[in-house]
Amino acid sequence: MASVPHLCAQDVDIAYGDARVVEGVSFAVARGEKLAIIGPSGCGKTTLLKALAGFLAPARGAILLNGRPVTAPGPDRAVVFQDFEQLFAWRTVLGNVVYALGVARGVRGPAAATRARRMLDLVNIAHAAKLYPHQLSGGMKQRTAIARALALEPEVLLMDEPFAALDEITRSRMQIELNEIWKRTGVTIVLVTHSIQEAVFLGHRVLVMSGGGGGIREIVEIGSGADVAGYLRTLLIGPDAGAPPPAITAGAGDGRAVR
Amino acid sequence: MAVLSADARPPARRIAAWGQLPTSLRYAIVVAALVVLWQAGVQGSHISPLLVSSPVQVGRAGWAAVANGQIPSATASTLRELLAGIAVGALAGFAFASLAVFSQAGHDVLSVLIAVMNPLPAIAILPLAMIWFGITPKAIVFVVALATVWPVAINTDAGFRTISPTTRMVARNLGLRGVPLVTGVLLPAALPYILAGLQTAWAFGWRTVVAAELVFGVAGSAGGLGWYINNARYYLFVPEIFVGLVVISVLGIAVDSLFRVVEARTVVRWGLKTTR
Repeated sequence: MASVPHLCAQDVDIAYGDARVVEGVSFAVARGEKLAIIGPSGCGKTTLLKALAGFLAPARGAILLNGRPVTAPGPDRAVVFQDFEQLFAWRTVLGNVVYALGVARGVRGPAAATRARRMLDLVNIAHAAKLYPHQLSGGMKQRTAIARALALEPEVLLMDEPFAALDEITRSRMQIELNEIWKRTGVTIVLVTHSIQEAVFLGHRVLVMSGGGGGIREIVEIGSGADVAGYLRTLLIGPDAGAPPPAITAGAGDGRAVR
Repeated sequence: MAVLSADARPPARRIAAWGQLPTSLRYAIVVAALVVLWQAGVQGSHISPLLVSSPVQVGRAGWAAVANGQIPSATASTLRELLAGIAVGALAGFAFASLAVFSQAGHDVLSVLIAVMNPLPAIAILPLAMIWFGITPKAIVFVVALATVWPVAINTDAGFRTISPTTRMVARNLGLRGVPLVTGVLLPAALPYILAGLQTAWAFGWRTVVAAELVFGVAGSAGGLGWYINNARYYLFVPEIFVGLVVISVLGIAVDSLFRVVEARTVVRWGLKTTR
């Protein structure tokens, strides 16, 4: 099994009707790896994530999980969305996790409640277990969504700009906590972001998509000690943006801070 | 105009005090005032008691009709037919909306059915229903179901359509499809619309069942409130006619309150709807 990548895309095209949004994308993610996908608006990064999740079928090529093609959505690829509406408004924080465990994993009753509470503890939302989603702040909603996704014990955690709608302080805190969660669970994470800082802080590698074409421009390794953030800025914005502010250095892939 | 005097103040204060009374008390005072006006109007105008009854006469007749079991039996009969009709209509409405959400063909069928059937007052189908089902409660249940299926289907369909793509994707991510998808996610997510649809269905059903009973007379052992009113007309028991009307109105208020309680415990609690 070691030779088979955990999750991989092979020469994938994704189209809406006649319009190819993603073209010729290939990459592989190792088990326990954190891959960040970044690119300008409209480059197809969210579309690519939806295909990884199985919401969209590639027009060409294949997406493989443990060597088997992905054909439909499923809890082995749990998705955390940016949209706060991803929580079921009619269930409490605990109820959201318990319900997901029941329908997706067949875990019900006290076993589900125990597992759900453990997940709520993991993401620091246990104190709000009995609240309904509309009573939560944005950060609390995203914590709940992450707890619900992790409770499913997915092979891969797919995250579509999960912190983009949060204020800056909450966002920074959530980024640090996501790295902590990763350290404790070792779950494979594919995270779409439009933030260079987030990509460098959270990813082991950063997949840079090109605007307009929807292909991969480059896959950048983090942790080489070079100024990765500056390099990404050059790549995404232009040569003049490459010079980093004096205090910035690249973070390490295991989540040490970028400052 | 004269300069505002100090006399202008006490009335303003009295209005503010009115606003500070509990809602139920304010409404009770308005109802009491209307009843007093009604009594005074009947007594003062010396109108024939064969045309309009006074509240006192209606109260007396109502008490007697409750005591001799006529009103309880008529009410039970009407509610039985109404609830059966609404249950059939609502289930069919949910089913139509569910088919419409899963397939384009289902949506097209629903659109055409709504366009053709919704403008028809359900009561207009009663003669046909009487031929099909005979003079039985089934005929009334059938027309009530016809009166309620479309508002439920239209509102449920609208509710399903407003469910965010994210919610749908989460449901698919959990592997939900078919009936569990409908009952576990679509129906609760669309509940504000569904409750509105059921409220409209209730109003349509009420009008239809009473109208049907007026036309229909007795079906089976006991007649309903519509029959009770029509029967009272035959014998020129005017206070009894008013009793029937008051009972219908009071039941309507009771059901409306029930809807508010249900809303408070569901969609309002979940933040899907703010209080009216």
